[in-house]
Order: sequence, then structure tokens, then C-alpha cells
Amino acid sequence: MAGAAVLGRLTWRAADVVGVATETPRVKTIAFDVDGWPGHLPGQHVDVRLTAEDGYQAQRSYSIASAPDGARIELTVERLDDGEVSPYLTDELRPGDEIELRGPVGGYFVWEPSRGGPLLLVAGGSGVVPLMAMVRRRAALGSDVDTRLLFSSRAWDDVIYRDELEGLNGDGLRVHHALTRSQPPGWSGYARRVDAEMLAEVGPAPSERPQIYVCGPTPFVEAVAEALVELGHEPLRIKTERFGPTGG
Amino acid sequence: MDALMLDGNAVAGLLQEVFTVEMTTAIGTCGGCGATDAVGAVHVYRGAGFVLRCPHCDTALMKVVAAEGRVWMDCSGLRTLEVSV
Amino acid sequence: MPPIISRGFKGRRRDDAPPDRVPPGQYVTNDFPVLSAGPTPHTPLDQWDFAIVGEVDELHRWTWEELRALPSESVTVDIHCVTKWSKLDTAWEGVSIDTLLDGIETSAEYAVAFCDGGYTTNLPLEDLTGGKAWVSFGYGGEPLEPEHGGPARLLVPHLYFWKSAKWVRGLRLTTADEPGFWEQNGYHLYGDPWREQRYWGD
Repeated sequence: MAGAAVLGRLTWRAADVVGVATETPRVKTIAFDVDGWPGHLPGQHVDVRLTAEDGYQAQRSYSIASAPDGARIELTVERLDDGEVSPYLTDELRPGDEIELRGPVGGYFVWEPSRGGPLLLVAGGSGVVPLMAMVRRRAALGSDVDTRLLFSSRAWDDVIYRDELEGLNGDGLRVHHALTRSQPPGWSGYARRVDAEMLAEVGPAPSERPQIYVCGPTPFVEAVAEALVELGHEPLRIKTERFGPTGG
Repeated sequence: MDALMLDGNAVAGLLQEVFTVEMTTAIGTCGGCGATDAVGAVHVYRGAGFVLRCPHCDTALMKVVAAEGRVWMDCSGLRTLEVSV
Repeated sequence: MPPIISRGFKGRRRDDAPPDRVPPGQYVTNDFPVLSAGPTPHTPLDQWDFAIVGEVDELHRWTWEELRALPSESVTVDIHCVTKWSKLDTAWEGVSIDTLLDGIETSAEYAVAFCDGGYTTNLPLEDLTGGKAWVSFGYGGEPLEPEHGGPARLLVPHLYFWKSAKWVRGLRLTTADEPGFWEQNGYHLYGDPWREQRYWGD
């Protein structure tokens, strides 16, 4: 049960940076070892708290990118140029640093292979992060649940987890990319924004009653959710996670 | 469509801090239109504090204001909140 | 457990703010953050009006065209949001509340501003008069954008900016101070940024 892992008071925990990896020019993945981490479910997030020398604090939420793995979690963070927290996380943190986080948080936007499928995951940009935790969990458990990932990015170089997704494609997982701004020569994938026609092609059909998870910037999520309902998917089977301009 | 709108996941940590259980899977009934939704599925706006609104009729279900060491919650727009304990 | 200091984290710069212009606890921003308690209303101007109701001799009401025909003022002021950003030298155009209240008999000492979307905020009447408050429809030389409260918002720059209600549609004059949307739930009844009146009890 989703709630079981997260019962009890939320407390701030020390998180040691153990690795920083570049995903795209604007996106990095930071790995932490978290003191007393209780484990998490794919789709959950953490609250991150930074404290300056003079006591000033800033707090933001970030989705967990990694599948459950002991005390280790990974956050994938997109750098927002005018942000307060994300540039610190992507540019400043290095192994040996320590920050504070609490969690895991959330239980609505989660999926485990035991919940079955078929599964439709629709990601806009760094909205792929909680969905990647689901994909990774699925792979780690050797699940063959029918899973379609439709991933919208601006350009090929902006595709987060590009090589890993390439490797995971197959065994019941089909990855479809939509590149909205520019496409590499010979591109055979989608070259436009996600729309109803694209969602119908990627499937599964509403009659298969897929569980659907949509994550991305608010306008992206709104457009996708509207198109899904238009196609005949039940609103209650569409779970959304929006992030707004305050995420920096 | 409002580019600023978030969803209940955005206040998951704040609500869990207060209620001490996971709250995005709690089911709320709107006092305005009677619709039921998971807290994770309701609309959230960020003004001076957070406002949780019914995704069907925009009724303000909850207002949440967090200050250093204090949290205020106005749940007058919620008819019922069903929480798994 | 005291919080762990994040090496090299400074956050929004708070040191370069001129102390005579920036109240305690605020940082200066150059952009104009958008905060909203609800969806942006889109009331057509031909259905828009501004009303003064409550403790008044009779209902006073201006259509959009009538409001725009009143003498307006250009003001450049600093604004201070309770979420800790301040923005200096913001340029507004609007009708002074003094102009709207001119000739209106009232025994009220307070007002509740009401808005499209249901937002309300309370203020002492004396904070709305004497050249301290406007119904503003222009910002930076342009019509006020809907995300910032257009077609018109209240502008009361000497109080925290949640008092400058977006999408304002009128004032209800009252004899008692009636807490508004945020003032009912933790935010200060008055909201003076120079005294850091953010929350109840501040």
C-alpha cells in the first residue's frame, strides 16, 4: 500500500552528494546517500531545503528519478536561469557536499509494476523524471507490463536519459519521441507537439483501459489531458503532475 | 487554462507535515458541487499562500498558509476529507 | 537539530537592497513574479463595472468607459510582496480612490475590496484615501495584463501587495474591520511591510 512507506512525521534528513552526472546542457542528475532513507515508490518526490550562512532558507520539490535502491536516491534537475535553487543544485553541488531533504512525499502520482497495465506515460521535458523512476523500476523487476512512453522534448540534444531509454526500449516498453523545435537529419519520429492523433497512434486504446501518467509544465499537461479525454480515456485513469514557473 | 496552476502533488510535503500521513491519496468532497477527487488531483494555486480548488467548479477547498513554525488551514470549502490511516 | 549550511548557497541577494526603500526581510527583484489565488478571470469590458457599496447613501457604480473618463494619475511606487520580493520604481496609471469617493457620504471606517473570482481583502478606509490608493489599469505604459490583475487592480503600495487586489470590481464600505481571503487564514489584518506585519500576531 502506497501509504505504508511514508507514515510518520516528515523530518529533514542529511543527504550526501555522491555523484553528479550531466544529462543535457541544462539538466543534471545528482545522486545522494540519505541518512535514514525509508525507501520510496516510483513517482514520489522530495522537498529539498538549502540554508545560507546567514540562516536564509529556500525550499523546492523535486521528483525522484531513480528506482528504489536502499539509501541512494537520484534527483534530475533542470537549470532554470533565473531560478534560486536549481542553478545551485546543477552548478554548485559536488561530491562530498551535504544538503537537507525530506520525503518521500506524495502517493497519488505513483506506479509500481504490481499495479499492472497497460501503462501510458506522457512526458514533457523534465516531466520525464518521475516517469523514468517507473520505467526503471519496471526494468529492475523484470516486468513485461505493456508500457508506452511518449516523450516530448525541444530537440534531440535536450532529450533527458536518451541513451538509457534507447537501451530499455523493448520487452514490452515502447519509447516514442516528439521533437518540437528541431529534429536531426533523417528524423523519423514525431516533429510536432503532442496532440490527440499522436496519442491515438502511441496507444493503448481507451478500450484497453490504460493507466495514464502525464507530467510536465502546466500548459503541456493541460493540452495532453484534454486530448486524452477527447480520445475517450476516463478522466479518473489520467493522473497528472504539473510543474509551474515557481520551481526554480 | 492557467499557466500558474499546479496540482495537489505540489502541497504533498506541506500537508504531510501537518497531518503526518500521506495526503495526496486522501479523497475530498467539494462543498460547492459535491464532486469527489483525490487531493493529488485537485488544482493548486500559489498566491500569498496555497489555494486548493475543485477541478470541476473552482470552489476554494482549502487555503494553506505556512509561516516559520506555524501553519493555518481553512478547510471551509471541503465537505468531507477521507483519509487512509 | 540546526539546519545544515549548504556550502556556497547565498539565495536571492538581500544585502544590496537600499534599506530606506526596502523593508526588512525583502529582496529586490527586477522581474514581476505572478502570484494568484485562483484562475485568471476574463470579464469582457462591456460587462465590467466598479461599484462602491455597503455603508453608503446609495450604490455608486462606474462602467469601464465611465471609469476611464475620470481623471487618472500616473504614479511610480515601490511594491512589496509578503512572499519577500520587492520591486522598485513600478509605474502605474489609475484613478485615485479619492476621486471615486468624492462626494460619497459614509460612516464607514473600513473597506473590503471584492474581485472577480471571489478574492477579498480588507483595509482601513484611511489607507485608501489621501492619495495612497488607486484603481489601476495601466502598468509600464501598457494596459494592465490579466495575469497582473487586468483590466483593473487595486494599488495600495504602502501595504503588502496582497492588499492590492487583482481583478478588483469594487469596495464594500464597512463599520467593522472584516478579514478578507488571506486575512481570515493567517495573514495579518493590516499588513505594514515596514513593521513586517506578515502573519497573525506579527
